[in-house]
Amino acid sequence: MSEYRTTVAGVPARDDEAARLSRREFLKRVIASGAVASAATYIYGGLGGCARRGGAVPGGVERLISINVNGQIRRVDVLPQETLAMTLRYKLGLTGTKLGCDRGECGACTVMLDDVTHNSCSVLTHSVRGRKVVTVEGVGGPNGELHRVQQAFIDELSPQCGFCTPGQVVSAVALLKRNPKPTREEARAALAGNLCRCGAYDNYLNGVMRAAAQGSAT
Amino acid sequence: MSYKLLGKDFTPHDVYAKVTGQAKYAEDFRADGMVFCRMLTSPMPHARVKSIDVTEALKLPGVVGVLLPSEVTPVPAPNPPILTDEPQYVGAPILAVAAVDETTAQDAIDLVRLDLEPLPFVVDPLDSLRPDGPNGRADGNNVGSQFAKPRTLKWTAADFEQAGEGKLPLGKSAEDWSYGDVEAGFAKSKLVYDESFVTASNSHHSMEPRTTFAYWQNGKCFVHGSTQSHSFVVPGLAGFIGIKPTELIYIAEFCGGGFGSKGSAYPTMAIPALLSKKLGKPVMMRVSRAEEYYIGHARNGFQGRVKLGFGADGRLLAADMYIVQDGGAHNGFWDYRNAADALSVVYQPEAMRWRGVPVYTNSPTRSAQRGPGENQIACILEPLMDRAARDLKLDRLEIRRVNAPQTGSKVGNDRRPVTSCYLRDALEKGAARFKWDERRARSGQAKGSKVTGLGIGQAYHPAGFNGFDGLVRITPDGKLHIHTGVGNLGTFSHSGTARIAAEVLKYDWENCIVERGDSRKHLPWNIGQFGSNTSFTMARTNYVAAMDALTKMREIAAKDLGGKPDDYEIDGARIFAKTHPGRHLSYAQVAQRAVQLGGRYSGAELPKDINPMTRESATALAGSGLIGVAKDNLPVGGETAAFACCFVEVEVDLETGQHRVIDILNVGDCGTVIHPMGLTTQLKGGSVQGLSIGTLEHIILDPQNGIPGHIGLYQAKPATYLDVPPQLNADWVDKPDATSPLGTKGIGEPPLGAAASAVICAISDALGGYVFNRTPVKLDMVLNVATKRPMSHGPLQVNTQ
Repeated sequence: MSEYRTTVAGVPARDDEAARLSRREFLKRVIASGAVASAATYIYGGLGGCARRGGAVPGGVERLISINVNGQIRRVDVLPQETLAMTLRYKLGLTGTKLGCDRGECGACTVMLDDVTHNSCSVLTHSVRGRKVVTVEGVGGPNGELHRVQQAFIDELSPQCGFCTPGQVVSAVALLKRNPKPTREEARAALAGNLCRCGAYDNYLNGVMRAAAQGSAT
Repeated sequence: MSYKLLGKDFTPHDVYAKVTGQAKYAEDFRADGMVFCRMLTSPMPHARVKSIDVTEALKLPGVVGVLLPSEVTPVPAPNPPILTDEPQYVGAPILAVAAVDETTAQDAIDLVRLDLEPLPFVVDPLDSLRPDGPNGRADGNNVGSQFAKPRTLKWTAADFEQAGEGKLPLGKSAEDWSYGDVEAGFAKSKLVYDESFVTASNSHHSMEPRTTFAYWQNGKCFVHGSTQSHSFVVPGLAGFIGIKPTELIYIAEFCGGGFGSKGSAYPTMAIPALLSKKLGKPVMMRVSRAEEYYIGHARNGFQGRVKLGFGADGRLLAADMYIVQDGGAHNGFWDYRNAADALSVVYQPEAMRWRGVPVYTNSPTRSAQRGPGENQIACILEPLMDRAARDLKLDRLEIRRVNAPQTGSKVGNDRRPVTSCYLRDALEKGAARFKWDERRARSGQAKGSKVTGLGIGQAYHPAGFNGFDGLVRITPDGKLHIHTGVGNLGTFSHSGTARIAAEVLKYDWENCIVERGDSRKHLPWNIGQFGSNTSFTMARTNYVAAMDALTKMREIAAKDLGGKPDDYEIDGARIFAKTHPGRHLSYAQVAQRAVQLGGRYSGAELPKDINPMTRESATALAGSGLIGVAKDNLPVGGETAAFACCFVEVEVDLETGQHRVIDILNVGDCGTVIHPMGLTTQLKGGSVQGLSIGTLEHIILDPQNGIPGHIGLYQAKPATYLDVPPQLNADWVDKPDATSPLGTKGIGEPPLGAAASAVICAISDALGGYVFNRTPVKLDMVLNVATKRPMSHGPLQVNTQ
């Protein structure tokens, strides 16, 4: 966890909080002076991490790296500021990983790094070299067999809109790897970082408990 | 009545894609040459754009073009525009820039020179109603409907003075209605309350931000969007783009949550489509979480006043309610009217008056949110029912039973009857399962600093429309294709209601294919997936289409096998003579014959009364099988309505102000059950959202600068796993609605209001019956009550912490 925090600390501020505060300053100035304002005088919260071809960010050069995704070595050109979520979604075509907030609040982009869950929107792709990345596309068997968590989520009709589901699946799979027989409370704590606005929490927990009861090595 | 499919669980076809990550939402699509666009949004709550200079932005390498307010289709005020030169809230889109990647687009936006003239703004509706108060828009401060022109309404200084501190002034209203003799009702009442209240606005927080991706091919515009509905989106979106509905291919197989905010087309969907047309490239517009809080809509807030008069037996004799609605910067939604309908139907006051005024504020666009109006007002009225029960020494369940509506009870000012109501049954079922009589002894019991509270909540919403079209097709391979335009909100009712057609035609579900999510699948005109209506409205459309198919099958059998159409019956994928079952045709043979016969059978001839969209779709399908197509002309018997009640036990910590929900049971009155598991998810999901809205969520605007303080999930606070109990309970009254062919009706919205009001009642109960008259009930409010301190906010103050 500490390593992950250090990594993101190096990223230039791009969060909306910063934008909001700077807007406040901006507005104060505008209101005080009644002067004409320019959009260029304040910073926007961007989406960050997006692919950039020939851009002008200092040091913003793509570098070819190899990363282990779902058991395969993938070679991919990566920018220094590129997040793992963007690499997975826009360069490797793994769109099962969803972006709900792009700032570590919702858990829709949850992936496993060496079996530990991470918000892939808040991990730099360069930092995952030498680690095993597993996304929702990689939790099942090699021939498309569902992981027992996925089957249990079907049996319990856990998803509603489905947008948070890949993150819920990955968090549940990671939980069962480290704790094959969790209590409902433990499952709740393990999935607590995965928001579901439809409010399907009960159904997801039913799914986790069903998968745990069925148990088997994965 | 026993059904083959109805009332039985099934695995919806789209759930596999959801658990594997194969489900494609708008942002998951790509096209060759795709560029990205970003919006420049207003930093001011209200301003006039004096000039826009994009010269420098366009010079930036990688930028491919811009879209300005002058280039978009005009949208009549007060509906939100696509792009605007009079931004009316912080975050209103002013222009868009497209570039080879998002970072470049964003850099280019920073190079735009934008001259803004600040205009007066307002974030508290009561400020706008003051004699010299600012208007939220240059053209007025309120409007009665999205079809009307904005106008200005001010209250007098005397109105404010007369009301006194903390009471809502009762100035001139924009709308009003009444029935019965309200004053006489109050005169004969044993108990009269007159309370002012506030319900906070809150965001929809759909997990999928409203991304749109668009491109043009062969003169048609292809749009991948995030909407709850499908067919219903098409005319509106085509209008925003400025094309005919037939020139739009709309694709929305999945939608990552909408809750009312994506019920129909929304203006920003047109931005990538218009940019794509201008640039000749596919354009992706991803929307950030902060932008979703700007443009992603919110529930309308209320400042109101309600006077209730009760008889000694707890019967509500008179009600008088005034609602000032915070409708945001645009048309908002008619929550303020719905709240009145809810009061009139749930408690059946003998006489009632309602007044309302929707006011513009310079805050995010409001739209319907799950139970718009009905669910806010439940949070105010249910605690007052508890207070009346206490004052009259009645049981809190009893006062609800005394006032509960029944089938045929009236709603609203036009006194329309509800087609079915079993709220009383739901209350009784819930009370028995929750063991209300046993548990109420625990009310107020303390263990250390923790006190137990129990609450009951109730809510209502209309649950169905009529007059839309159904379209089914039996292909020569014997399969039944149910074409549905309802959308995919996550309720699985696209398939639930498709099973109505399968039920009528006695099909095995394995031989049915639900065609949906893409205009190219030739979908009928259906209303959107909102307003708790699908399980009624599309049960009717699929029923009439299936009945049309059945009629045609019988006619074909009579033609080929002799006798009259009525001599034939269906089962086991064949149509046979009732008296000689050996005389039969398989469904596959009937479909082949329909193609040969042509005319009405193959879709070459169509009914005159179907919508042009259905006609277009059926024409495209003509000749591919036996076509069943019809408009829902079934009789209408009043207002179809759904109800729910909820039972909650909480433990309130008087030292921290925190509460923990120990148990929750939501019970729905939902007609014949189509899909028990799907119904359960709606009831439990409603419970989670209800607990969230009752005690956590609100939007907040800085009164000094009009800047939103709720643009992150952590600020706007939708409930997490840890905010709700690890186990939720749900139940229902499985009684049919007589105006629905198989008895089905909707349920989506009431469970939220029932849960939200129940948890507030339970917290109040733990505090000895203190009535907050406010949502959400936050822990600082609880702490103030527990320590006998005054509230940190005024009774009508909005944008509080």
